Amino acid sequence: MSLDRWIALVILSIALIYSYAAFFTMDQLLPPFMQRNPIWPSTFPKILGVLSILVSSVIVLGLEKTKDNKDGIEIDPRRLFDYNLGQALFLVVLMAVYAISLRPLGFFISTITFLTVSGYVLGERKIFILFFITAIASFIIWYLVEQVLGIYLRPLPSIF
Amino acid sequence: MLEGLLIGLETAFSLKNLLMVIGGCLIGTFIGMLPGLGPMSIIAIMIPVAITLGDPAAALILLAGVYYGAIFGGSTSSILLNAPGVAGTVATSFDGYPMARAGMAGKALTIAAISSFAGGTIGAILLMIFAPALSSVALLFHSAEYFALMIVGLSAIAAFAGSGQVAKAILMTLLGLMMATVGEGALFNMPRFTMGLMDLQSGFSFITLAMAIFALPEAIFLVLNPARAAHSESGKIENLRITKQEAKSIAPVIGRQSAQGFFIGVLPGAGATIASFLGYAVERNIAPEHEQKEFGKGSIKGLAAPETANNAACTGSFVPLLTLGIPGSGTTAILLGALIALNVSPGPRLMTDEPQIFWAVIISMYIGNVILLILNLPLIPYIAKILTIPRTFLIPFILFFTLMGSYIGQNNSTELLILVGLGVCATIMRFAHYPMAPLLIGFILGRMLEDNFSRSMQLYDGINFIIERPMTMVLLFLAAFLVVLPFLRIAKFK
Repeated sequence: MSLDRWIALVILSIALIYSYAAFFTMDQLLPPFMQRNPIWPSTFPKILGVLSILVSSVIVLGLEKTKDNKDGIEIDPRRLFDYNLGQALFLVVLMAVYAISLRPLGFFISTITFLTVSGYVLGERKIFILFFITAIASFIIWYLVEQVLGIYLRPLPSIF
Repeated sequence: MLEGLLIGLETAFSLKNLLMVIGGCLIGTFIGMLPGLGPMSIIAIMIPVAITLGDPAAALILLAGVYYGAIFGGSTSSILLNAPGVAGTVATSFDGYPMARAGMAGKALTIAAISSFAGGTIGAILLMIFAPALSSVALLFHSAEYFALMIVGLSAIAAFAGSGQVAKAILMTLLGLMMATVGEGALFNMPRFTMGLMDLQSGFSFITLAMAIFALPEAIFLVLNPARAAHSESGKIENLRITKQEAKSIAPVIGRQSAQGFFIGVLPGAGATIASFLGYAVERNIAPEHEQKEFGKGSIKGLAAPETANNAACTGSFVPLLTLGIPGSGTTAILLGALIALNVSPGPRLMTDEPQIFWAVIISMYIGNVILLILNLPLIPYIAKILTIPRTFLIPFILFFTLMGSYIGQNNSTELLILVGLGVCATIMRFAHYPMAPLLIGFILGRMLEDNFSRSMQLYDGINFIIERPMTMVLLFLAAFLVVLPFLRIAKFK
């Protein structure tokens, strides 16, 4: 089965869970006075759920013939290991780590570490230059966000 | 109209807004030149900055400037590197890149800039004529008509989806609508589909969603396939001049494609890509036989046609946004989201209630086009230096700005995890060629669609509003026709 049909199958599962929630669980919390209304909070989700099940089924069953539309992406998912998959996965994990560490470690440590490590992973070996540029850039960005835009970004770990 | 125009002139020519449009055009050109980063990604990254400005007119002027700059920058990378940042500039590379390879990069850039300027300016004049007219008609609309009109807009996305992409486009729209139902709605004061998570109480953030489905996948693609960011030796820019004969030759092309591109841009779901390809095809078909052979090998008409059409279409796409509050493309959907975040409701009342925004945006389009022509074009040889930044520096910063954009918007670390999760899902979907713009359009229109549907249901005590309001019925028939249209086309070809 091709990737687009697998994705449609996942969306079909989501649509089924969504519809179940809309049809069977949402209305239980509805106050009695709202039950007289012609429209309930579940009405629109019910329509969406049914339509999504129908349309995703069309793709899963292959009823619409799909063309090999390149869309300018030029990446063949069947040969994913021929690309820099390891680097991409590592960077995704690194982004998640950055998200978790931003508050406890503060903006500077987490950002400089994120930028330096991701540059290294991508093949940059001039570590000192990389560190120097990321440190300056981090400070400029922190200054712009904090002082110009007025949005608080904790610069250092919470213990300081 | 004259009074509004004067207010618009005053607002657009204020120092702050002039700086916004100049800054927007420069930033857009600078980043738009990077292969792989399209206008939607750039605008998504710029939204937190625009929202922080607090002034809706300045914010929209900045974002519109970024939009034009990005299209201009995208054309530059198409011409110099044969690496179009967006689908809308793919047709530009057909003749632009062969010209650059033949040592005429400067000439190709000038033709692209003049065509873009003309397409954008003529488009802005047409916008000035048609937008107020459409606004006055739209003032007669009630929530039932709005609901039907939004259905038409969403259906048109399917109608203009590529062959074999119709079901995917509809599914993505529905997924966007489903995501919009998460959290507390405006009419119903109860949380829906939050799975008990406090972070989902107010629903998904549109900035996070825009970053996740546009900017993050682009960056991941650049990591996966470094060839997308590969540099070329063809980018030497020397002589920027074009001859009188060449200017004369492209003038009728620019005239035709400005009008055609604008009207294609007005149609929801059509946009710059269809306009540029159609413009290219039309000009090739009507060209004399000896000129037809030049198309694809460095024809100046082949370069001028898509460049004019895509810029005119960009301007045209503002018509449904400003007059009906309905975005016709992913980019205008992002702009609509930014306006909603700034407590501005685009629609027919925008022209009367907030004339300074409505007219300032139109006036700033003229200014933006002039800036792109007289400021950015001579600077191109210097701006093109950005192409020499190594990817080992470039990609980490793109990822960082994506993360920061989402964090600044919400000031919440959980939002970053949602961004990464949604970004990975969007990347996998892009592998399978699922279109992402319909998802964002569905998400942004979702709440408005449900609100108008609910109001109509309450006013008419059920779905009687479809029968009792003829305009609603006509629009819903049109929507049904648009959904069926692609299948009719397939049946006809068989």
